Formats: sequence, C-alpha cells, structure tokens
Amino acid sequence: MARHTLSVLVEDKPGVLTRVAGLFARRAFNIHSLAVGPTEVDGISRITVVVDAEGDLLEQVTKQLNKLVNVIKIVELLPENSVRRDHLLIKVRADSMTRVQVTQAVELFRASIVDVSTDAVVVEATGTTEKLDALLTVLEPFGVREIVQSGTLAIGRGSRSMSDRALRAS
Amino acid sequence: MSKGTPISPSLMASKPSAAKAADSVDSVDSASAVLGPNRVVEPTEMTGSEAIVRSLEELGVDDVFGLPGGAILPTYDPLMASKINHVLVRHEQGAGHAAQGYAMVTGRVGVCIATSGPGATNLVTAIADAHMDSVPLVAITGQVASGVIGSDAFQEADIVGITMPITKHSFLVTRAEDIPHTLAEAFHLASTGRPGPVLVDVTKDAQQSKMVFSWPPKVDLPGYRPVTRGHSKQVREAARLIAASAKPVLYVGGGVVKANAAAELVQLAETTGAPVVTTLTARGAFPDSHSQHVGMPGMHGSVSAVTALQQADLLITLGARFDDRVTGVLSSFAPNAKVIHADIDPAEISKNRTADVPIVGSVKEILPELTEAVRAIQERDGGTDLAPWWAFLNKLKEDYPLGWTEPEDGLLSPQKIIQRIGELTGPEGVYVAGVGQHQMWAAQFVKYERPRAWLNSAGLGTMGYSVPAAMGAKVGNPERTVWAIDGDGCFQMTNQELATCTLNNIPIKVAVINNSSLGMVRQWQTLFYDGRYSNTDLHTGAETVRVPDFVKLGEAYGCASFRVEREDQIDEVIMQALEINDRPVVVDFVVSPNAMVWPMVPSGVSNDLIQVARNSTPVWEEED
Repeated sequence: MARHTLSVLVEDKPGVLTRVAGLFARRAFNIHSLAVGPTEVDGISRITVVVDAEGDLLEQVTKQLNKLVNVIKIVELLPENSVRRDHLLIKVRADSMTRVQVTQAVELFRASIVDVSTDAVVVEATGTTEKLDALLTVLEPFGVREIVQSGTLAIGRGSRSMSDRALRAS
Repeated sequence: MSKGTPISPSLMASKPSAAKAADSVDSVDSASAVLGPNRVVEPTEMTGSEAIVRSLEELGVDDVFGLPGGAILPTYDPLMASKINHVLVRHEQGAGHAAQGYAMVTGRVGVCIATSGPGATNLVTAIADAHMDSVPLVAITGQVASGVIGSDAFQEADIVGITMPITKHSFLVTRAEDIPHTLAEAFHLASTGRPGPVLVDVTKDAQQSKMVFSWPPKVDLPGYRPVTRGHSKQVREAARLIAASAKPVLYVGGGVVKANAAAELVQLAETTGAPVVTTLTARGAFPDSHSQHVGMPGMHGSVSAVTALQQADLLITLGARFDDRVTGVLSSFAPNAKVIHADIDPAEISKNRTADVPIVGSVKEILPELTEAVRAIQERDGGTDLAPWWAFLNKLKEDYPLGWTEPEDGLLSPQKIIQRIGELTGPEGVYVAGVGQHQMWAAQFVKYERPRAWLNSAGLGTMGYSVPAAMGAKVGNPERTVWAIDGDGCFQMTNQELATCTLNNIPIKVAVINNSSLGMVRQWQTLFYDGRYSNTDLHTGAETVRVPDFVKLGEAYGCASFRVEREDQIDEVIMQALEINDRPVVVDFVVSPNAMVWPMVPSGVSNDLIQVARNSTPVWEEED
C-alpha cells in the first residue's frame, strides 16, 4: 500500500478532529501520523495526515472527508513538490563514558541536546522521516529510554498558499 | 494551493473550485440560505428556549413531533404559546419516523424534538434511517447544562458523538446567542445538496439564558457548497453516449424524488425512448402505467427490470447509488454497460461502480440540459433504433409478469390484499410500508403514478417505520388517504403511536399483513436453512393464541378495528376502512405464513440468476 500525505483545511470547531479521524477509522484506514495546528487564517486549522491506502480507496475517503461540513479543502502533497518534516525528542542514556560519543552523533545529524542529567540527555531533532530513522539507529546502541515524535508536517514548495484560493482573507 | 495534487478535480465540485470559494466564503448569502418566509425581526431580548421556538417559526415550520423531558423542558414552555403544531408522540423513535414521513410527502424539512440522554438515543434509529435514505430532518435535543457535560450527569449522553457517523452534520449549542444561526444552518444543511439529518443539541443553560434575537441570522458554512448545475461538457458527453446506445436503461433512484424532478425525468425518458427502472426509493418517480416503465430492479425486482440492467449497454443513472440490493454481486452487475452517473453527492460517483461519465449536480438541473442535448443530436443524426431492445424487454414483461400463486393452506394471499388496497385507494393515496415481505409486496403490487406516494425504510431497513411514518405523512398531507401497510412483526415495534393518532385526529389506516411471523426471515429460513424456523414465529395469526389480538389492540387505542380472514371480506373491509375518516383504522389481515416474495435474486449471486419462483430461473436465450 502506498503512503499518502493529505493536507486538510478545517474550521477550528469542537469535534472536527473526531469527525476527520472517524472517517478514516470507519474505513479501517490506519492513520500513520497526524498533526494539527492553527494556520495564518484565524479560525482555520490545518490537519496533516499520513495514511497508507490504495489510490481509489483514498479517493473515496477523500470525497467523504470533503462532505464533512467543517472541512474546507483537501490537497494531497506529493513528495517531489513538498517539504515535509517530523519533530523528535529522544531521551538517550549518556553517562560520563558515552556522553562525548552521543554528542558527536547528535552534531553529525545537526540535532541538539536540550537537557542533560548525570546519566541521560534529551536530544531534539527535526527532519525527514528517513533522517530521524537514521539518527535513531545511531543512538540505539547507547540505550534509548524514551521517544516522542510529532506527526509529519508538510507544506507545498513555491509561493502559493493552500488557503489563499480556498479562503478570501476577510 | 501549493504544488500539491488536488483529489479528483473533476469530481471535487462540491468543495472548493477556487473561484467559487472566493466569493462565497464569508457566508452563504443569507437571503438564499435561510429557509422560511425570511421576515426581518428587529433585535428583541428573549431566552434561548424562546429563540428556538421563534427560529422554528421564522424558518416556516408548521408541525413538529416530539416528547418533552428535563433537559428540553425550557423549550416546551414557549412552544405551548406558539402556533407551531406539536404532536406529542409516545416514543421518541416515533417522533423521528413521523418527521421523516412528513418530510417525504411534503418535501419540507421534518422536525423532531427530544430530551437529553434516553430521549436523544431513542431518536438514533430514525436519524440513521434518514441518513441512509437522504431525508431532510432536523432533530433538536436537550442536553444537560454545559457546566456538567462530561460528568455523567443525570440523563446525559453524548448524542453529538453518538450520531456523528449517521448525520449530515451535528451541532452542540452551549450559548443562547448561537441558537438562531445554528438552526438556520441546520435547516439549510438538511434541505440542500443531498438532503439528510442534522442534529442540534442545545444545553439546558443555553435554553434558559437571555439573548438578543434578530432575524434573518447569518449562515456561515465556508466548507459547504453543494453543486447543483452539472458540468456542461459532461452532459454533452452523456448525450453522445445515449445517442450511440442500442440498449440504454434509465436507472432511476430516490434522488429524482428528492429533487422533485419527476416531470423532467418523463421528458428525458420520452426523448430517448429508453426503458426506465425505478428503485425501491424511486417508486412513483416515473409512472408505473407508462409504457416505458419496466419495473423495479434488485433482489425482489421484476425480471424485466433486472434483466434490462443486466443486458444494457448503457446505464443512465440518476440519483441512484448502486446499492447492493440493486446490483447483487457487483462484479457481475450490468457487465456490458457503460455508466453515466448523475448525482448531487460526488462521493456516490464511482463509489461502487466506476462511472464512465460522472455528472455532479442536481438531477433537477441536469435532466433538462441532458434532454436538450440528446434532442440536438437526434435532430442532427436522427434517432437510435431501440426496437430490438424493446422487443426483447416486452417479451420479458409478457413472459414474466409480477404475480403470485395462491397459498395451499387455504389462508389469504398477502399479495392480493396489498394489490386490492392499492386498486381501491388509487394513485392519490400515500402508502407507507414497514420492512420485510409486506414491504416488497407493497413495492410490487401497488401501482405508483406519482412521486411522494410511496414511503419506506429502504437503506436501513427499519422494522417499525410504518405506523409513525404514516402518522407524519398524514400530518403533512391531511387531505390524502394514508395507508400504513405493515407486518405483524413491524407493527408490534411502534404501534403505540396509534394513541398519538387517535388523540390528535390523525386518521391513518393500518393494514397489518399478519402472517404470524417475521416473514422475510422465515422465507430465508425456508430457502436457505432447510425450513428450520428459529425464532420467527410470532403467534399472532391463524390458529394461534393471537397475542396480541390486533383487533382488541386497535380498539384499545380508539381505532376502528377489523379482522379479515376470508376472500369475500377483503374488498368490503378495505372499502369500509376508506370510508372512516374520524379515527384511525386497524385491519388485521390474517394471511398465509407460507407466501414468499418472488422474483428473488438470492444473496451472493449474480443478478443473472434471478428466480421467478423457487428454483426456477428464466430461460434467457430463447429464439423467437
């Protein structure tokens, strides 16, 4: 099954996320990742959802999503013309013996250490899913204690905005 | 939009073609989006509950169905002083179905009202039913005070959450000032585009607090823009396919009734000369008496209608959705047909069967354009010769007419009773069925000549729909004769609304087709479970204890009540029932439990294997 990234503009109203997530659940789609937040337009939120689905099933779900009254616009963002980033916080073992190695690995990935204690550090990293996977592989041998990860954020390349054709700024 | 890929642009019309979005986003023009006479009301202070009643009045609501309780109590007080007719039901499910029946016969939005918790959950079946059959319905429910939501307060249920998958949209209103615009939006959503149920859940404190009422409110639904006009290029392409087709069929669904497009359908049908099939929700959308009507398709459709679809080279699909009861095994449905699919809901197009020519829009607007486009081609190139196609179909109509064999147990045949009800009442009557064998017979043996004369629970298959829906239909169409054609199983689910009918002078007529069993389930047990009748015997019919006795039950509810057990009583009692208009009528028609619904396409096989009677499939390759 192919992985798809959908950007969904929605009205910022209670229950919207439930309605959107419910549609995927009803079709037994697994949501791979989900990110929600406000946008440049007041009252409008943007949901970035990554799902695994066959093309025509995805089209059906997209049409059903479009029927939701609070959904304003849906766009599929393709890898070749969009920028996508995940955000990751990792708590990894690092005592006086290993701290230098951990720090080097973190620097190689242009990530940063945002908390230090006697036997662990918290690493903050941003990047594509592939880059973060690679970072995790490198850190694994030191002992990963905890991982917390954001949903994928995605935005189209170029100057145009997803909202300016769907919404007139009022 | 960034350089992403919009999903299926040709079909996405319902949302955001860019240009449209730009000029309609602030709010839909309130003059057109707010239903009702659109009077102007200067700002007036009132309570939220008064605002609910006042909004309903301004929206042009005349009748509502409901049952009060704690959380909706504030609203029932101003309702008492309103000119709105409130029909007090005996169970909230009855209010929901009554509102559906009302909406189906009038084409207006049906309204039901219930309290929080169990009142609201009792509406769920009717809401789901309205969702499946695209019935414009607004359900107003009381909710516990906003401060205690989520605390398991007395009679609290998250009805917005519960109904999310079975409504077109739902609102939770916690502030009195949001009431007018929310109700206006609810009515707009319920009645436009593909109609459907909308739930408005109003907390008790929102009903009790003060607000300033003015009218019309601003309808603000930036994500809702149904497309009604079909894409003209698609319409022309459809006309081209129609002109080139030797075996076309107009596959007509309930959308034609919802769009009030029956007259436009006749125009297209007569211009193309194509055969017409009307699905279970479309019975009456095209007159049964019209020579181009070849019947109802589907699991219990006529041989001519089912075969017309199977053998067609072109399906002109109008407001229909390729339901599994119509298609049978989808992969073997109409295998040689190209598909034109016109529907107001883009999500229906290519959902089950891929459309060659999709047209998103209202059939009300598409049909005249399509007729015109077909006519233009005919004038240029001459018409298509459909004579061989008609010869084939007419032979089928002649060889395999709908019919029945008389039961061998000496009991009455249910088909005959239903046919006589139709014949003696005529096409101006309204017929409301429950679900099961009697429903199929009522679809087959009553002849429908006009839309909105036939009501049933098609998609959800809700047993118990008939009596309350007939009640609502009678309130909506008081001058028409309204028959509830019900089964003994269905009748026992909702017959308490007979009290509502008697007390409110809603003189419906109930024909209980009493075969003493859950007949359709019993039929399947006969055919597919070796006649092992597990839990289908209801003991209401001939030679049983008759619990309950439907005549006594009817009398207890103040209805004129009759029992028919002999052939010679059928017409006499139907005529008697038709004469009585001062109270409801209940007729217990005691019929054979062995009668079965034919034709039948057994579940899980191709429509080609339609059986006209048990183990009897028509012979297809007959040479004349």
